[in-house]
Amino acid sequence: MPKTSPEIGGMGHSVKRKEDARFIRGKGNYVDDVRLPGMIWLDIVRSPYAHAKINKIDTSKALAIPGVLAVITGQDLAKYNLHWMPTLMSDTQMVLPVEKVMYQAQEVAAVLATDRYVAADGVQAVQVDYEPLPVVVDPIKALEPGAPVLRTDKKDKKDNHIWHWEVGDRAATDKVFNEAEVTVKQDIYLPRIHVSSIETCGCVADFDKVNGKLTVWMTTQAPHAIRTVFALVAGHVGLSEEKIRIISPDIGGGFGGKVPVYPGYVIAVAASVLTGKPVKWIEDRMENLQADSFARDYHISAELASKKDGTLTGLRVKTIADHGYADAAANPSKFPAGLFHICTGSYDFKAAHVEVDGVYTNKPPGGIAYRCSFRVTEAVHAIERMADIMAHELKMDPAEFRLRNFINPEQFPYKSVLGWEYDSGNYGGALRKAMDKIGYAALRQEQGEKRKRGELMGIGISSFTEIVGAGPSKHFDILGIKMFDSAEIRIHPTGKVIARFGTKSQGQGHETTYAQILAEELGIPVNHITVEEGDTDTAPYGLGTYASRSTPTAGAAAAVASRKILDKARKIAAHLLEANEADLDWEPGKFFVRGNPSKAKTIQEIAFAAYTNHPQGMEAGLEAVSYYDPPNLTYPFGSYICVVDVDKGTGEVKIRRFVAVDDCGNIINPMIVEGQIHGGLTMGLAPAMYEEINYDEVGNIQGGSFMDYLLPTAVETPKWETDKTCTPSPHHPLGAKGVGESATVGAPAAIANAVVDALWHLGVRHIDIPITPAKVWKCLREHGVTE
Amino acid sequence: MGKQKIHIKINGSDMEADVEPRLLLVHCIRDVFGLTGTHIGCDTTHCGACTVHLDGKPIKSCTLFAVQADGCEVTTIEGLEQDGKLHPVQEGFWQEHGLQCGFCTPGMMMTSVALLREKPNPSEDEIRFAISGNLCRCTGYMNIVKSIQYAAQKLRQGA
Repeated sequence: MPKTSPEIGGMGHSVKRKEDARFIRGKGNYVDDVRLPGMIWLDIVRSPYAHAKINKIDTSKALAIPGVLAVITGQDLAKYNLHWMPTLMSDTQMVLPVEKVMYQAQEVAAVLATDRYVAADGVQAVQVDYEPLPVVVDPIKALEPGAPVLRTDKKDKKDNHIWHWEVGDRAATDKVFNEAEVTVKQDIYLPRIHVSSIETCGCVADFDKVNGKLTVWMTTQAPHAIRTVFALVAGHVGLSEEKIRIISPDIGGGFGGKVPVYPGYVIAVAASVLTGKPVKWIEDRMENLQADSFARDYHISAELASKKDGTLTGLRVKTIADHGYADAAANPSKFPAGLFHICTGSYDFKAAHVEVDGVYTNKPPGGIAYRCSFRVTEAVHAIERMADIMAHELKMDPAEFRLRNFINPEQFPYKSVLGWEYDSGNYGGALRKAMDKIGYAALRQEQGEKRKRGELMGIGISSFTEIVGAGPSKHFDILGIKMFDSAEIRIHPTGKVIARFGTKSQGQGHETTYAQILAEELGIPVNHITVEEGDTDTAPYGLGTYASRSTPTAGAAAAVASRKILDKARKIAAHLLEANEADLDWEPGKFFVRGNPSKAKTIQEIAFAAYTNHPQGMEAGLEAVSYYDPPNLTYPFGSYICVVDVDKGTGEVKIRRFVAVDDCGNIINPMIVEGQIHGGLTMGLAPAMYEEINYDEVGNIQGGSFMDYLLPTAVETPKWETDKTCTPSPHHPLGAKGVGESATVGAPAAIANAVVDALWHLGVRHIDIPITPAKVWKCLREHGVTE
Repeated sequence: MGKQKIHIKINGSDMEADVEPRLLLVHCIRDVFGLTGTHIGCDTTHCGACTVHLDGKPIKSCTLFAVQADGCEVTTIEGLEQDGKLHPVQEGFWQEHGLQCGFCTPGMMMTSVALLREKPNPSEDEIRFAISGNLCRCTGYMNIVKSIQYAAQKLRQGA
């Protein structure tokens, strides 16, 4: 039950979204909607080769086109030492190449023109003389002796290995495996995929030569961090941080793809500084899919050890991470493989060891999340696939197997063998609820009967644990900047509020949910609260929105700042009521004298007094700021059950039912949480069944447009059945955990497990996602199904 | 490149412009007429973010030249609200949480309005089929379906 009335609209109310008023009228303001007087256009020449030496770039034909103003090459940027830039993972990547290109669709030159179409004409007219070089697309082959060394720019680099990273007790894990009664091993590949927000990336860079001020409207999930990166990278050419303003306006979906700094942004900024004109750069979809950061591309080899009775004992994982030609992942700096070591999942292990090796190949740089907290989907997919394989191997029901191995509610806070401290959970509660909702026992019975008739039906479970809300400053930073986040609240004399945050919504609904947190804490109606984000000139510094961190960090900051305001409000109320502070009680919206509720002052009266009648010796005004450093991460979890029917003739998998029980702790807006889960499930379905980006042997991209990179439509998307349990986070001021990505993380394993469950009796142990009809059809034929 | 004069009635207003024959209708709407509610999400006519009505029929404006719309009536998202009153489809999307980032929303709503004009009482499968040319990455479509059902009911009641 919400504590506040619907008119106040605090936590637990399904408040209709404030931001929708503009979106449903076509009045949003996205980056491509920004038009400035005198604005010019930037378009990019891209490489047709995956690896080639650049002999010559001839710009003369392009420059002869009326309206083409300039062509920028790597040589031009090299004069200012801007042709390379650092990545967030302390690697380097090219802005524009001087010597060679490293992947197909890499930026080669940029054309500036008076008009979008003329810029595209200019791109066609730039002539580049390439000399193809040997291409390395397979990260396993990239590590073999004699493989061409790709990063020849790094003087001492003799191979394509980027880094080795490991965690856990190797010796103890080996011992557990040596003594194990049962072990299983499986190679699992999670292919390259792309977030494909419906809005692509782009910017409008506007350098004001007179004042030396650079303003960039930019599709970014982390405007403040971007400002600092720009200042650090371009300080030597006179861009100083106080003269840089990043504005992240309405953002048409992010999902992790709008965290990195792409070359196009940097070239647009350089072009505006050079020309003194506003410069617009907007990617098209093919550029977005072919050149922007990919997600996943993890070659995982996992092993599980268990007792014969089904008690798990050990986990051993080795992974090759294909990062393309540069490690441009967007991870916290200390974690090159992100939070992959959450891969012990929801289970109580005695020992585990994980190692990951990063590798260079001739593919676009990256390694970002796909609506996921830093490699958590990879971890969940590995452990949930392995748990199913072990259960089947032991001839145990996969639900029973999980219930036997879950970390029990009384074990929280739980210290995992890989070093995490899980805050709270009730994994059995979520799984049992999902089993009840879907009618698990009856489905297993039906499956048995169908199997006798030769029909293929499968039931898949995924009982995932996430790790979100990065993060505590002790371990979490990006380029040294600690991963706190912020809220700044100002209460006006009439009791109305403006609140600004260091995060940036890309569809999550922050303008509504943050207002609800303030309404909950201050008792001020949600409609009297304006929330702003994304303008670095006005908002407090923060690390941005990704990895489900907004509620765990900035949401917490909102609560903490509100409580600072209430501390002062209490003093003002005591002054107005001529009472002792200690004798005052608070209920949402007012302080009153204990035992005498009629003697009260509302928050609006207190706000007015803060500017008109504040106590002597107290500063006027009513505002507060909080930079919240979370004491721990949060650990949302859930159990999903998927039922599939497989067509033996075509290999088509039909999802008959999908039940999702999520637990994200206390909920701010149930309507928004449910919407996030629907969307997350659909972005879990997508890589499980449809999406992948592959490369042929010479590095040509397969899946570089919506012609063959298949986003689910309303027709393929099942009717999701959602439910919840509620296990609050003990350390978050509101007991909330974050929810935006849970479903994307948990869903693929449920689908894959369901398909393998349908085929296990035929001898099938594993199918890599995406599970396409062709793959299933081939698998069936290989296992003797011919009808 | 030579320019051609076109006349388009857009959201009830007569507009004219001199455009290159290669100018796409979506760029004409956004860059020439300044109506930025219509969005662009792909290059291959798959995503539907650019959906508008041409003489009452939903079309993807990224796949039509502006000169092909010469003499036609175009309705965009900005033309749905009448006399300060939201169209039932707009109301439905707000009420049923049929949008998140809002980028696909204008195209999605234009397709929905056209569907309900043709089929006032569509089944869920008919709704899902009708919007299958509009991609949404945020919502998982469930609440979009509900939004359209809300609007259908409102329209049938004569709202």
